[in-house]
Amino acid sequence: MGRYVLRRLLQMIPVFIGSTFLIFFMVYALGDPVAALFGDKAPDPATAARIRKDLYLDEPLWSQYVHYMGQVFSGDFGTAFNGQPVTELMTGAFPVTLRLTVVAVVFEMALGVTLGVLSGLRRGRGLDTSVLLLTLVVVAIPTFVSGTVLQFLVGVRWGLAPPSVSPEAPFTQLLLPGVVLGLVSLAYTTRLTRTSVVENARADYVRTAVAKGLPRHRIVTRHLLRNSLIPVVTFLGIDIGALMGGAIVTERIFNIHGVGYQLYQGILRQNSPTVVGFVTILVIVFLLANLLVDLLYAVLDPRIRYA
Amino acid sequence: MTQAPDVTRLLDVRDLRVEFRTRDGVAEAVGGVSYGVDAGRTLAVLGESGSGKSVTAQAVMGILDSPPAFVTGGQVLFRGRDLLTMSPRERRSVRGAAMAMIFQDALSALNPVLTVGAQLAEMYEVHRGMSRKDARARAVELMDRVRIPAAKARVNDYPHQFSGGMRQRIMIAMAIALEPELIIADEPTTALDVTVQAQVMDLLDELRREYAMGLILITHDLGVVADVADEIAVMYAGRIVETAPVRELYRRPAHPYTRGLLDSIPRVDHKGKELYAIKGLPPSLLTVPTGCPFHPRCPRAQDICRTERPPLYEVPDATDTVAPGRASACHFWKDELDA
Repeated sequence: MGRYVLRRLLQMIPVFIGSTFLIFFMVYALGDPVAALFGDKAPDPATAARIRKDLYLDEPLWSQYVHYMGQVFSGDFGTAFNGQPVTELMTGAFPVTLRLTVVAVVFEMALGVTLGVLSGLRRGRGLDTSVLLLTLVVVAIPTFVSGTVLQFLVGVRWGLAPPSVSPEAPFTQLLLPGVVLGLVSLAYTTRLTRTSVVENARADYVRTAVAKGLPRHRIVTRHLLRNSLIPVVTFLGIDIGALMGGAIVTERIFNIHGVGYQLYQGILRQNSPTVVGFVTILVIVFLLANLLVDLLYAVLDPRIRYA
Repeated sequence: MTQAPDVTRLLDVRDLRVEFRTRDGVAEAVGGVSYGVDAGRTLAVLGESGSGKSVTAQAVMGILDSPPAFVTGGQVLFRGRDLLTMSPRERRSVRGAAMAMIFQDALSALNPVLTVGAQLAEMYEVHRGMSRKDARARAVELMDRVRIPAAKARVNDYPHQFSGGMRQRIMIAMAIALEPELIIADEPTTALDVTVQAQVMDLLDELRREYAMGLILITHDLGVVADVADEIAVMYAGRIVETAPVRELYRRPAHPYTRGLLDSIPRVDHKGKELYAIKGLPPSLLTVPTGCPFHPRCPRAQDICRTERPPLYEVPDATDTVAPGRASACHFWKDELDA
């Protein structure tokens, strides 16, 4: 197991370098950061040249990348155009997005697994059909539609939740945005659980459990569920990584100052230090989430042993 | 020795009918099967795949997948009580405790994510209300009983960590955990190596004798049957076509299908010759032939076989006296006996 983790960690290095270089290159291709810094005004050529020299922008791309990475590993992600260190933006944004992700994941896990198990056990009946139909509708509606509609109905019309979130973003204000964020994944979790339950319900070991004279609830919880949840946990693990970075739309709608919001602002203003810095962290989060999922897989399914 | 009256038989299945309701139509998988077994005896149920032998057993255990399978008639008398009219709760208390089942493929029949110890101990926890610790100790005893080496060290292993033979021993251990009166073994040795087959079969037979259990052995392997069975029921297309004490059946088969099965056993003294096979394929249960379902494959088929379904005729034994439990569903059973 230890060797496996070590090997996986080593494999992350090329993935990390490749993906960060790619984002570095793309942001570079966006245009001239010095011009972006001055906004609409044309910069004084001498000043522009000095800034270029200070920021190593006159050097070739690979050398810029090496220099940037060197700084990143000493904890310096550079400064945004307004003079704020990027690390400061991060310490403000990541806890907010983390809270939002927790709400979303708890929501899709609790409701998705419950609905999936119930409909899987009643395959072809009324509940199953309605759940399938409902999840299909949810998947088909994009987040910017469901988000704004729910914001209007729940937040404005009924006044059940604040329609927009304060900068501190406490859990209570993140409930509605969390539900919106988790909605599509909820539909996937439900369908995945349902399919897995249906498949496993026909498995030989379930028939054995019936033949042992076990009560139904024990057959379901102890024998059927453990096996059915293996693919679901895998999906949820990868989804956490995706939710951490993919909340751009939801955070815009509810004015949440999280990772998605900062990324959006960064891209809009061609603020390259912010964009590259945040994406670098997201790449690491994603890689670690994937490793955790693979390790969790081995815990859930004893047939999988990593050597 | 006189035959005990049917009421006190351990298991007495009467005219059991099971149908599968599928999209393509209704298939009668079991069409009026009657068989029984006494305590301490072994009944072998013989037949090709699709003959209804496993479905009958699952209906007796009450573990049919429903839908698509439905029991549509008959009785399953266990110690004189009809299991089919019991409440689900009563039925469950019988299942596993008084009658247990052993499945063919132990690897898929055991839960892959639970240790074998947990799966064995579960029997005691659920049916006997034992504590986890006591139940675990009993699980180790059970594994010892079915001669799994180093049982104490292996109780926390998972099914995939055992060899095929050892896994089947664990299945057997699970079945005998609560010392049931009846065990139904559905092709218990089919998935095993030949050398291991004999060991597992011997173990099963030894345990049957020790606990005086009734054993229903479902198989298509005539070699296995000869050694351990007392009676044999041969099934074809969802019906019993011949029943007989094991020696009688081997010596004087009274049905062309049984003879076909016996002739298709490979024999050393036939080395070099082509193996005998019954021509044709077993019928689809959706379109069972009229008359005798075996007639399209039968070398003895006459016009009557195509139109009239033969009942189970009583067949006398070699001394021409009426033999209980000897019957054949062939219009020409006399000719078959004389052949």
